[in-house]
Amino acid sequence: MHALNVDYMLGLVPILLSYLPLTLGMAAAGMLCALVLASLLAVIRVTELPGLNVFAKLFISFFRGTPLLVQLFLFYYGLPQVLTFLVSINGITATILGLTLHFSAYMAESIRAAIVGIDRSQTEAALSVGMTQGQLMRRIVLPQATRVATPTLMNYFIDMIKSTSLAFTLGVTELMGATQKEAASSFLYFEAFLVVAVIYWVVVEALSWVQKWLEQRLNRAYQR
Amino acid sequence: MIELKGIRKQFGDQVVFDAIDLKLERGEIIVVVGPSGTGKSTLLRCINFLERPDAGQLTVGDLQVDATRATQAQILALRRRTAFVFQNYALFANKTALQNIAEGMIVVDGLSKREAHARARKILERIGLADKADAYPASLSGGQQQRVGIGRAMAANAEVILFDEPTSALDPQWVEEVLGLMKQLAAEHQTMIVVTHEMQFAREVADRVVFMDEGRIIEQAPPATLFSQPRDERTQRFLKKILAANPA
Ligand SMILES: Nc1ncnc2c1ncn2[C@@H]1O[C@H](COP(=O)(O)OP(=O)(O)O)[C@@H](O)[C@H]1O
Ligand SMILES: [Mg+2]
Repeated sequence: MHALNVDYMLGLVPILLSYLPLTLGMAAAGMLCALVLASLLAVIRVTELPGLNVFAKLFISFFRGTPLLVQLFLFYYGLPQVLTFLVSINGITATILGLTLHFSAYMAESIRAAIVGIDRSQTEAALSVGMTQGQLMRRIVLPQATRVATPTLMNYFIDMIKSTSLAFTLGVTELMGATQKEAASSFLYFEAFLVVAVIYWVVVEALSWVQKWLEQRLNRAYQR
Repeated sequence: MIELKGIRKQFGDQVVFDAIDLKLERGEIIVVVGPSGTGKSTLLRCINFLERPDAGQLTVGDLQVDATRATQAQILALRRRTAFVFQNYALFANKTALQNIAEGMIVVDGLSKREAHARARKILERIGLADKADAYPASLSGGQQQRVGIGRAMAANAEVILFDEPTSALDPQWVEEVLGLMKQLAAEHQTMIVVTHEMQFAREVADRVVFMDEGRIIEQAPPATLFSQPRDERTQRFLKKILAANPA
C-alpha cells in the first residue's frame, strides 16, 4: 500500500479535462439524433402507422434487448465486413450511431407514454376545428408531451454521458481512453481512475442540478 | 342549411342509430333531448366526423358528403363548417385563452398570427373574457373555460355550432354564465344544435325541440307544443321524469 499521490492527481485533472469536450460532444450529438429518431418512432407507435409500426416495434425491442457494448462492437467491427463501404467508419461515428440507436429505443417509449397521457379530448378538439393529424401532433400534442417527458429524457442524457466511456473499447481516446493511457504509463491506476470518476460525477451532478431547475419550471408551465 | 339523411352508426355490432333524418334552416336553433345512452352525442359527433357514420348523407351549407365515400379533404372541409363545444371544454392546455381561440384561424384558415389574434381579441370581448387573454385554461374557472370553448367554436365561423351538454360538467354557479352566452349567440341567429338537459333554456331559446330515444327521433316540435302536448308516450314519460327533476 502506498500513500495517495495527490500531486499526480492534481496534475492529471487538466489533462483529462481536455478530453471532456469530446465526451460531451459525442453525448450531445447522440442525444440530438436520438431525440429525432425517438420522436419519429413514438409517433409511429402511437398512430399505429401501417407497415412502419411493426418495424418500429422490432427496432425498439432489439435495441432495448441487447447490451450497448454488443451493439457498438456490431457496428464498429461487424458491419464493415458486411457493408464494405463502411470500412472507413471511425470509432467516434460508430459510438454516436450506437448511442443514438440504443437510447432512441428507450426514449421512444417514454415519449410514447407522454403522448398517450395527453387527454384524448384535446385531440378531438383539434380535429373538430379541422386540424390534420400532423398539425395536431406538432401544435398540440408534442409540445405538451415533450414537457411531460423532459425529466425522463434528462435521465437518459445523463446515462448517455456515462455510456460514452465505452467508446474507448473502439479505440477512441475520449475521457476514459485518455485515463487508461495515463494510468498505463504512470502505473498509478487507483489515482487515475479516481480522478476520472470524480470528473464524471461532477458533470452528472451539475446536470442533475439543471434537471431539477428545469423540472420546477416545467411544473409551473401553463398554470398562469 | 344543414341536412342529415339516413345517418347510420354502429359500434361493433351495436347499432346506435339506423337512419336519422334531420334538417335545419340557417339561423335555426334545435335542442335535442332524450335519455342517456340514446345516441345524442354520437349523432353530434357524426355531424363533424369525430365518429365516421357508416351510411347516410350530410349536407352542410354548400358541401355535400356521402358518409361511406367521404375523402379526407371532404372531412376537413366539413369540420371547418361545423364547430363543436365539448362537455368537458377540451381546451388546449398548452395555449392561452387567446391562443385557444386563434389556433384554428392560424393553422386551418391560414390567417396571419396578427390577424388571427386581432379577431380572437374581438371574440374574447364578446364572451366577456377580454381580461383573460393571456390566462392558461388551468387558471380559469369551469365557466370561463367553457366560454373560451364556445369562443373557439365562434372563431371557426362555422355554419353550425354543435353543443354536447355544454353545462353538464359545470359547478352550478357557472351554469348561468354559459347559458347566457349561448342565448346571446341565439339572439344573433347563430345556427346551433344543442344537446342539453336544461329545459328552461330549451323553452326560451329553441325553435324546435327534438326528442330522441333508443337511436330514433321520436318527435320534434316547437318547445311550447312539445312540452305541453307531447304526442308519443315515450316523450311524455321522459318529460315527466326530467321536469320533476329540474322544474322549468
Ligand atoms: N366510442 C364508442 N365505442 C363503443 N360504443 C360507444 C362509443 N360511443 C358511444 N357508444 C355507445 O353508443 C350508445 C350511445 O351513446 P351516446 O351517443 O354517448 O349517448 P347519449 O349522448 O345520448 O347519452 C351508448 O350505448 C354508448 O355506450
Ligand atoms: Mg352524451
